[in-house]
Amino acid sequence: MARLLILGAGIAGQTAALHAKHKLGTKHEIVVVSPNSKWNWIPSNIWVGTGYMKPEQVTFELKPVYDKKEILFHQAKAVSIHPEGDKSISKPFVTIEYTSSDKKGIIEKITYDYLINATGPKLNFDATKGLGPERNSLSVCTYSHAAQTAVALKESIQRMKKGESQTFLIGTGHGNCTCQGAAFEYLFNLEFELRRQKVRDKARLIWISNEFELGDFGIGGMFIKRGGYITHSRIFTESLYTERGIEWIVQSHVKEVMDGETVYENLSGEEKSVKHNFAMLLPPFSGVGLKAFNKNDDDITSDLFAPNGFMIVDGDYTKKPYEQWNPSDWPETYQHPKYKNIFAAGIAFAPPHSISKPMTNPNGTPIFPTPPRTGMPSGVMARQIAYNISDMIKGKSDVPTRKASLAKMGAACIASAGANFFRGTAVSMTIYPIIPDFNKYPDTGRDISYTTGEIGLAGHWIKHFLHYAFIYKAKANPFWRIVPE
Amino acid sequence: MSLRKPYEQSYFPPVPTKLTKFFRTNFIYQLFRFIIINIKMLRMVRKH
Repeated sequence: MARLLILGAGIAGQTAALHAKHKLGTKHEIVVVSPNSKWNWIPSNIWVGTGYMKPEQVTFELKPVYDKKEILFHQAKAVSIHPEGDKSISKPFVTIEYTSSDKKGIIEKITYDYLINATGPKLNFDATKGLGPERNSLSVCTYSHAAQTAVALKESIQRMKKGESQTFLIGTGHGNCTCQGAAFEYLFNLEFELRRQKVRDKARLIWISNEFELGDFGIGGMFIKRGGYITHSRIFTESLYTERGIEWIVQSHVKEVMDGETVYENLSGEEKSVKHNFAMLLPPFSGVGLKAFNKNDDDITSDLFAPNGFMIVDGDYTKKPYEQWNPSDWPETYQHPKYKNIFAAGIAFAPPHSISKPMTNPNGTPIFPTPPRTGMPSGVMARQIAYNISDMIKGKSDVPTRKASLAKMGAACIASAGANFFRGTAVSMTIYPIIPDFNKYPDTGRDISYTTGEIGLAGHWIKHFLHYAFIYKAKANPFWRIVPE
Repeated sequence: MSLRKPYEQSYFPPVPTKLTKFFRTNFIYQLFRFIIINIKMLRMVRKH
């Protein structure tokens, strides 16, 4: 019997666990370690942040699902990986620390034959002074953050109903943030909610972002064929901001968030500030801070993890200028180059470089988005890793045969711009490939026939439907495999 | 709130006409778009 240990139970971890269980059945053991007792459909947190949904609608308890599927679940956080074992244990193992109330603080070692690191990111609020829900800004990164944001929004709306004006600052809280899409969705759902509450005239909305221009979204933007022109997403995004009366500040690195004021520096090196009553600023991501040790207990963290804490896999991490970037830099199997029984999925793997062109201001401050790794590609790579490991456990192959390079993968994305069955809208986008390939598509970097985008009510219906479909799937309800990643 | 103040950032982008905005939330037209968008997305899923 082989044991597959999965660290993390988010979109990637859950997808890997369910697919591995489906392939391996009861002959092998699947173990999941996650510090959270609940699964969270993160894309809907933006709706919790405006009060459109409650936290209970975007979460469910993990243990009953794992009990049903006969997957062993430990509510714990991984502390360190020992890929060679140690002096007392010859097998590779992971040290975990329980977070559940009944075993809180207890340390345990769990051996493994194969390991999938799907921990997701650490929300690095500490990177910017004053950033975060425990300080001077709000967030929608977790359902509890989003619930806190909804309370603050309700207070602001009450103030506006009494005649006060309010300034809302929404966007990214650091020069190297990713997830501009989530902040974009929150901004437009907020604007929609303010109109619904009939207080829009009392609100000034400002977007602040590390993107070079609007519509970059950390993927260098995209080109779409529309109205006889091939047009960059910047034009459509600026149009939407203008239509909804939203101001924008781009090319910005937030340096400090104070109570009612945010200081930022821009790509020209100028330091500026903006006053606000409400700030929802997303943090940059880093790895969760896992350590690694060899059998002699020497620290080998740098062998397993990049400096940003994400796991090194089969990508090309050679430092090279933007002009020399190649789609083949991106990993295909997500297997660690030295420890072949270790894989990383979702946000946990280290990208070889950004997708957007790196920019640095005269002060030496890097201001550009890091690559997003959204639900669809995270799910696909997790499924492929699970299938590869299943084949390796069953002896069908010695090496991973299925690939899931972001440079050969497309993505479909729905960005909500207002939630209502009759009046809501969302931007529906498809892009192929995720990583631009200027060798194959010299003008646009992507296949223009597969790269599309439009805004409308249909997008809202799809986003709402996907909310229920993916929660249904994550609960491993009957026929869950019909729902694609 | 005026959308168009000369030479400010909102002066330059294209803005949708009333007809464009009407179709964005027109139930019948959006039912049609729902089908089209789903086909596009399924086409993308099949490429994986």
